[in-house]
Amino acid sequence: MARRGMTEMKKPKDARGTFRRLLSYIADYKQILLIAIVLSFIGNVCGLISPSLAGKAINEAAAGVGKVNMDQVKYYAFRMLIFYLISSFTTIFISILMTITSKNIARKMRHDVFDKMMRLPVSYFDTNAAGDIISRVSYDIDVVCTSLSTDVVHIMTSTVTVIGSFVMMLTISPPLALIVVLTLPFCIRFTVKMRKRTQPRYRRRSASYGALNGFVEEMLSGQKTIQAYAYGNKVCEDFDKVNTEAAEAYYAADSLGSTIGPTMTMINNLSLSLIACFGSIFYMSGIASLGQISSFVLYSRRFTGPINEIANIINEIFSALSAAERVFGMLDAAEEPEDDDNAVVLSNVKGNVELQNVSFGYEPGKTILHNLSLRADAGKTIAIVGPTGGGKTTIINLLMRFYDIDSGAILVDGGDIRSYTRSSLRNAYAMVLQDTWVFNGTIFENIAYGKENATMDEVIAAAKAARIHSFIMQLPEGYQTVISEDGGNISKGQKQMLTIARAMLYDSKMLILDEATSNVDTGTERQIQAAMLQLMKGKTCFVIAHRLSTIRNADRILVVKNGDVIEQGNHTSLMAQKGFYHELYSAQFE
Amino acid sequence: MKLIWTYVKKYIGLFITGISVKLLGTLMELMIPYILEHMIDTVAPTRNLTRIIIWGIIMVAVSVATRVVNVIANKTGVRVSRLATFDIRRDLFASSIRLSGNQVDQFGLPSLTSRMTADSYNIQNFIRAVQMMGIRAPIMLIGGIAITLTMDVGLSMILCILAPIMIVIIVTISRMGIPLYKRVQTSLDKVVRVMRENITGIRVVKSLSKEDFERRRYADSNEEMTANDKRANIIMSLPGPVMTLALNIGLTLVVIIGATRVNAGVTKPGVILAFLTYFNMIMFGVMGINRLFMMASRASASAGRIEEVIIQPDDLPVLPEAEAPAPESDAFIIFDDISFGYGETLSNDSSAFAGEERQLSLDHISFEIKRGGSLGIIGATGSGKTTIINLLMRFYDPTEGHVFIDGRDIRTYEKDELRSKFGVVFQNDVVFATPLEDNIVFGRDVSAEAMRAAAEDARAAGFIEEYEDGYQHMSDIRGANFSGGQKQRILLSRALAGNPDVLILDDASSALDYKTDADLRRSIREHHSTSTSIVIAQRVSSIMYLDHILMMDEGKVLGYGTHEELLQSCPPYRDIYNTQMGEED
Repeated sequence: MARRGMTEMKKPKDARGTFRRLLSYIADYKQILLIAIVLSFIGNVCGLISPSLAGKAINEAAAGVGKVNMDQVKYYAFRMLIFYLISSFTTIFISILMTITSKNIARKMRHDVFDKMMRLPVSYFDTNAAGDIISRVSYDIDVVCTSLSTDVVHIMTSTVTVIGSFVMMLTISPPLALIVVLTLPFCIRFTVKMRKRTQPRYRRRSASYGALNGFVEEMLSGQKTIQAYAYGNKVCEDFDKVNTEAAEAYYAADSLGSTIGPTMTMINNLSLSLIACFGSIFYMSGIASLGQISSFVLYSRRFTGPINEIANIINEIFSALSAAERVFGMLDAAEEPEDDDNAVVLSNVKGNVELQNVSFGYEPGKTILHNLSLRADAGKTIAIVGPTGGGKTTIINLLMRFYDIDSGAILVDGGDIRSYTRSSLRNAYAMVLQDTWVFNGTIFENIAYGKENATMDEVIAAAKAARIHSFIMQLPEGYQTVISEDGGNISKGQKQMLTIARAMLYDSKMLILDEATSNVDTGTERQIQAAMLQLMKGKTCFVIAHRLSTIRNADRILVVKNGDVIEQGNHTSLMAQKGFYHELYSAQFE
Repeated sequence: MKLIWTYVKKYIGLFITGISVKLLGTLMELMIPYILEHMIDTVAPTRNLTRIIIWGIIMVAVSVATRVVNVIANKTGVRVSRLATFDIRRDLFASSIRLSGNQVDQFGLPSLTSRMTADSYNIQNFIRAVQMMGIRAPIMLIGGIAITLTMDVGLSMILCILAPIMIVIIVTISRMGIPLYKRVQTSLDKVVRVMRENITGIRVVKSLSKEDFERRRYADSNEEMTANDKRANIIMSLPGPVMTLALNIGLTLVVIIGATRVNAGVTKPGVILAFLTYFNMIMFGVMGINRLFMMASRASASAGRIEEVIIQPDDLPVLPEAEAPAPESDAFIIFDDISFGYGETLSNDSSAFAGEERQLSLDHISFEIKRGGSLGIIGATGSGKTTIINLLMRFYDPTEGHVFIDGRDIRTYEKDELRSKFGVVFQNDVVFATPLEDNIVFGRDVSAEAMRAAAEDARAAGFIEEYEDGYQHMSDIRGANFSGGQKQRILLSRALAGNPDVLILDDASSALDYKTDADLRRSIREHHSTSTSIVIAQRVSSIMYLDHILMMDEGKVLGYGTHEELLQSCPPYRDIYNTQMGEED
């Protein structure tokens, strides 16, 4: 189980870099942030003026029975009310502003993650659990933005309050203020120490949530198999492990995090104790008056609130930073390399394909294809047969440049495929794979996927050619019926026919059929054969199929075994050779 | 919300301990200012250094003790939240993994996953917050009101009226928030769905250069989520400031009315001043309660979503044997006049096919297989082949008719008991990201020799044993490091390893070349002859040697019999045979 989702763990971490990057997201909203800070300052000041007005009103009331100037009281009360109103409305305004801003930042981050996904190489998805990738959007970004929406403004205003109070304290009694300053290094050292201690734990928390997500995703997608083998209990046991790790990681991080608040409060209370002691001593030695001390204490108590808040915010920011790290870790994953500077758009494709001494392995040192050479002339059909695991699908991966070859060259129309832009190269192929894929959308959208602006008529024609039209018409909403990958009820064969219809609609010069009809029954296959021939006409076709009847008419058949072409020729010559092909072909009559 | 409580209740002792300790901590924390005041107002004027130092030490001691107590309380809070969330997740996972086919279709995979994760985190945060803030806020509110009551009943009436109204408003708005947050979570499901689709279909997306299209599609759901998220959070951020305003208006009233009362000689000016101080305390209380409730509304939206899954009834209950019909023959597997249509038991919000009229997937199907016998099923795409398996293994119950295995209606078996009879390879079956050994043994009591024998029979031993780490070789996610044929052979090993009573192969050899397929069939014949087997295939060669063959079309039987019989009596079968085999040179 260790393999799942732990890939990001090894990356070197740089909290400051992460913080700076996070700030760059916020930077887009500089003005709004500035407005929010100014407003919250105004709001705070209004909130502070009101009590002093209240004090004045009470002073009026102190005149005693029958002597209170009610007009004056009402005058102060009225102004009090105004300031309270201003303060409340600025607070409302700020929270709306900050909610919108933080949600916009969240949107931007989710956008960036997806955008990145689109630029990652196929191999990334072969080695990272879907659930782990997704948890960045469903968990980490949420953590980051929850903290952003409140913390940024709070920390600014708290700082303002702290500084303001400190200035007041300084004017009242510099020696006492010095005592307060003495505790500051403790706070700072404590914060720095806590960051070092909590960071790895928050990191572990995020990673373990990713692993949990990945595990759940994988198991639920195999849910039917698990039930079929009564494997549920075992899977639940495995889940307990993942779940325990998530729970422990949470506890480790958050229980430590939850000590920050009380500790900061303690430091602050200790400084209050010092103030009380020294204040009293100063009073005894005549350095300060009692009045000074009590108003000093008043201000230092105003210190307490914000400092407490800052402590909690700091904790939240630590947790947000670790989550952000995971998001950035993915954003930093190696992308598909940029197209070569001189890369040209592959256009007017003729369809001549050639592999020259191609060697390739998914992992270094484990070569799958050795020195493979083959030629496919425009319009010809090349069939690739051979035992499974022999490297047939790998050839497709290389033709499409999902992976880059280790040595040798692949040429299309005489040019190395690395000299073309990837998208134009891939666009030159239409593809029907054995792993059918549909997305959550209408059948129309799924068929029209390869061709923008396809008309309904075109889609229907393609569906008819793929013999899926009558099935579609049976559905309650016909072409507007929504299908999905996991919605069940549409069989794999039907999905495959949809993808065939998709390929039919997509006009290209080269075609890859990787077990394109493996899920379609023979009857249907024969029915769509005419359409398939139509589809293949004039195109360079690479066909991988086990049903040897479908490849008998290929212009050239390559028999690939353990990454080498061991035989090639057409059906007749290969049969005459009485070699491996002959053996394979005869096996179907056993 | 009830759900959360049910789970927290298990740790009620710890929960109460935590809350009590927090109460103590809060009281101690509130003491500190009083000690301070006492020192300055009473002790300092005495000019007694010893007393000052003693009190200073007391204050330091209380500060340190407060930290200790609060740390204990906070950690306890985190612990309760950890334990309860662990349990919630465990139960949710166990429920999810046992959902029936229908129920899974209804929820959708992305949504199930995000309930498991995102929703459980929301609850976790809430449970923790309750214990950290849940005690302090009410103390401040109630304590504040109580103290003002002792000072001036008339004035504190303003508070006594105001406080309940505010609480009612808070509770109401937090209830309003539940559907809003539910919508946020639902739109998160959509975001996750698009991501998931792009991860599984990345090759198609890239080959058609649909990246920009997918970006747009994603942007739509991202936009929707952002809008819902903004709406929910903006609305939920309003009560706080509004409550503050209400309290401050109350405070203004206190000043005015207080002044009037002073004027009338009913109260003293000092009382109004003291009121101001306690108003702040009450304000903190109200704000705390407000924050808790706002969190509660998000947590209850999530709890609701989790509960939906947990309370899903077993829609395929076990039937007491007395109520079940008895089979009329002694065959091992009997399909007795079965009809079935998907989606008939689905509720109307199913995303896939919520049509009024659905064609029957199986239309009065009957067949029997004797113990150790075999059946091949062949037929067009969508003809109902896989549906037969779904009913046989009870992923769905038939609309009409009965299925019997070993002389009993399958509904009378415990599901695990029923399913343990099978070894199965499904279409689209899954290789898990575990070592191959685990993939083959799959939690059953299978010895190492039996596993190797199965791999041998499934023609997987060859390539597996070539790995340096052999059966310990790790599979990538979704078996991405194996070819299609290798995956199928791993799956076949899994199916054979248990020496099952019933072997089911649903298109299990489509990616195998003919030679391997033929070898496989020979091994099954030789080593698994006691297993009753059902084979679904597109290739006639995969099924022609089986005892009986069922030829299906659109849920109906086109022909049933041995290979020879069908060649004679069933023209569509003959056609297929001829296409696949007949054209040998």
